[in-house]
Amino acid sequence: MDILPALMDGLWIAVQPHNLALAVIGVVVGLFVGALPGLGSVNGVAILLPFTFVINEATSDPAAPMIFLAAIYYGAMYGGAISSITLGIPGASTAVATTFDGRPMALKGNADRALVTAAIASFIGGTVATLFFTGFAPLLSSVALDFGNPEIFALMLLAFATFVGLGGDDIPKTMFSIFFGLLLATVGFDTISGEPRLIFLNEREQAAVLGMVGGDPEAVPFFDSVAWFSRGIQFLVLAIGVYGIGEMLWTINASRYKVTMAETKISFKRIMAGIVGMKDCWKGTTIGSLLGFFVGILPAAGATPGSLMSYGVAKMTSRNPRSYGEGNPDGVAAPEAANNSASTGAMLPMMTLGIPGSPTTAVLLAGMVIWGLEPGPRLFEDRPEFVWPLIGSFYVSNLVAVIVNLAFIPLFLAVLRMPFTILAPVIFVLSIVGTYAAYDNMNDVWLMVLFGFGAYFLRVLDYPLAPAVLAVVLGTTAEEKMRQSLLLSDGDFAIFYSPFFDRDGKGQEWWIAPITTWVAVILIALPIILWAMRRMRGGTAAEG
Amino acid sequence: MRRAEFVTAIILGLLSVYLMWKAGEGPEWDTEYVRWANTGINIDGSGPGKGFFPFYLALGMLVSCIWIIINAIRRTSPPSQSVEPFMDGYAKKMLLMVGGGLIGFLILIDIISMYAAIAVFMLYYMLILGRHPVGLSVVTSLVVPFWLYLFFDIVMTKVQPKGLRWIEDAIYTPAGSFFRDQSFVTIVLCFVVSGAILTLVARSARRQGVA
Repeated sequence: MDILPALMDGLWIAVQPHNLALAVIGVVVGLFVGALPGLGSVNGVAILLPFTFVINEATSDPAAPMIFLAAIYYGAMYGGAISSITLGIPGASTAVATTFDGRPMALKGNADRALVTAAIASFIGGTVATLFFTGFAPLLSSVALDFGNPEIFALMLLAFATFVGLGGDDIPKTMFSIFFGLLLATVGFDTISGEPRLIFLNEREQAAVLGMVGGDPEAVPFFDSVAWFSRGIQFLVLAIGVYGIGEMLWTINASRYKVTMAETKISFKRIMAGIVGMKDCWKGTTIGSLLGFFVGILPAAGATPGSLMSYGVAKMTSRNPRSYGEGNPDGVAAPEAANNSASTGAMLPMMTLGIPGSPTTAVLLAGMVIWGLEPGPRLFEDRPEFVWPLIGSFYVSNLVAVIVNLAFIPLFLAVLRMPFTILAPVIFVLSIVGTYAAYDNMNDVWLMVLFGFGAYFLRVLDYPLAPAVLAVVLGTTAEEKMRQSLLLSDGDFAIFYSPFFDRDGKGQEWWIAPITTWVAVILIALPIILWAMRRMRGGTAAEG
Repeated sequence: MRRAEFVTAIILGLLSVYLMWKAGEGPEWDTEYVRWANTGINIDGSGPGKGFFPFYLALGMLVSCIWIIINAIRRTSPPSQSVEPFMDGYAKKMLLMVGGGLIGFLILIDIISMYAAIAVFMLYYMLILGRHPVGLSVVTSLVVPFWLYLFFDIVMTKVQPKGLRWIEDAIYTPAGSFFRDQSFVTIVLCFVVSGAILTLVARSARRQGVA
């Protein structure tokens, strides 16, 4: 495939008025979402995913809904810096590292310089990553075309394993979250045998419940839907519950509605001075752009570790590391370039392998499935009319985002002054209306709110919830691929871990699935290995 | 916090056991089915049964819960080391007020319609929880559902619940006929005008230092 002509075609479609308008709206929405404390790209994308059904119908353009959501994703990455710098509260976890130097700069009266640095570094990071994406994506997808069921399952195993090995959260809680998400994906009808399973309140149980209330179905709440769980648990119900309701409850409790904003003066002259000052930030921007992309590709890593690592590396390699944390503009540039770069990087495995690299891309992946697209290697072959306009829109959205960001900084600052007691109910309302709009079913709305409360309690107890969201997206495919592989091997798990397992009776060796599986096993075992090493070292030190 | 860690892990562990039990269930029409028969890895040469995946996932959940409990006993997890309460007075009050408001909102949807329930919820939240001025609270709680009505019901024709029949007949049927007859420009004007009113009220409240 010739990349350049395909990209030019894609760019041309991306700048068509309806796609350009969607990119602008998406970026503006994303900037707001990212800037508001407690909301990040994943919240914005999850809450607004139901709106894309409408975009899909209205435009009949397969790329249009994704262009809108990708623009929100980009915008949110830019927006996170605004609240980190002016409020000292990261708009999202991806902007935590921006607070380290952005807030001190604001407190010294240089908020405008910090905001401009963040915007320009984000633009450079996003553009560098998009260039990498354009080069790597067709290559990776052509390699992945040879993948069979065992390879795809092994890759999914690797995605879950990275959460356990590299996620940095409590291991049993991460594992619980993954198992729970995968289990939620199994509710409904078995895709292979077609039989119902985990249908709560099946016919026998319904008869027993009805017997208790004298046979009156009206007396039992939600009884109207015999087939409630037989439809399965919809992905959006969990995602909006976790990121719309649960996250907001947690933010209300953590912030107690109290935030204070730094004094910020913005003028054209000061913005231009900030742009000229970017020459001092080339090192942080370069580190962030490169490191962010490659960390972003890793499943479970995403933009947050990417930005934190870039900040750390920029500080470590600096001639004046002590200035970091005191208001060094390079300390703003590195994480901001990294989080934008990582957000593009995370899309690479999602589009080419069907494995999301972050919670937000998990939601995007679910959206693609809902719109009838099948993310994976065949996407580049079968749906170029979707892929290339989307890649083109990455370039366009990046440019739009930096222009909108610089032009509307005063407007965003005004919005950030909006009391949280107005913002919170609006988010709750959007979550509820959005869930109903997606499924036309009040039971799903109740379930979504229930998941939201559950997510709040689990969040307080440090249960990571992103793995559950990833698992519920990948669950159905993971099970299908595993069972089809085992069908091929007569139930022998060696198909996953042995390169010498004879799949097709031709004595061929298969290396990709076993290597991936063993890497996944090592990643799962990594925390135990590290723990054992620490114990041994501790023991040696004690003996010494 | 440590007690909450235990209690939560035990509840989730019990849920896992229930899900394992449920995963072994067969189809209701098959009276000869023996529980757990579908959790095998290779049933009649056709690979794993339909209960295999959910059963072992629930088992994985159970093992994770036991691990969490062990960590809590050994005080190695941050919540089990924390001396802070699981929910302090503020958290309990917040959950009661916000969570109660949300439940009330959901109950009202089937009675007074989605948009009226939104208005009531917004008013409750802004007036009682946010202590915003009455004027701003009332205008916001009218404008937000109006925008959503125009967007979902009129522009996108994604109809939301309309509550009891007489409410639908008395309010939404005539309102729907009216707005659907309007041009797109008029609808956009409705958005803009209501937004302008909201902005004016908000600015006035901010000038008075009460918003």
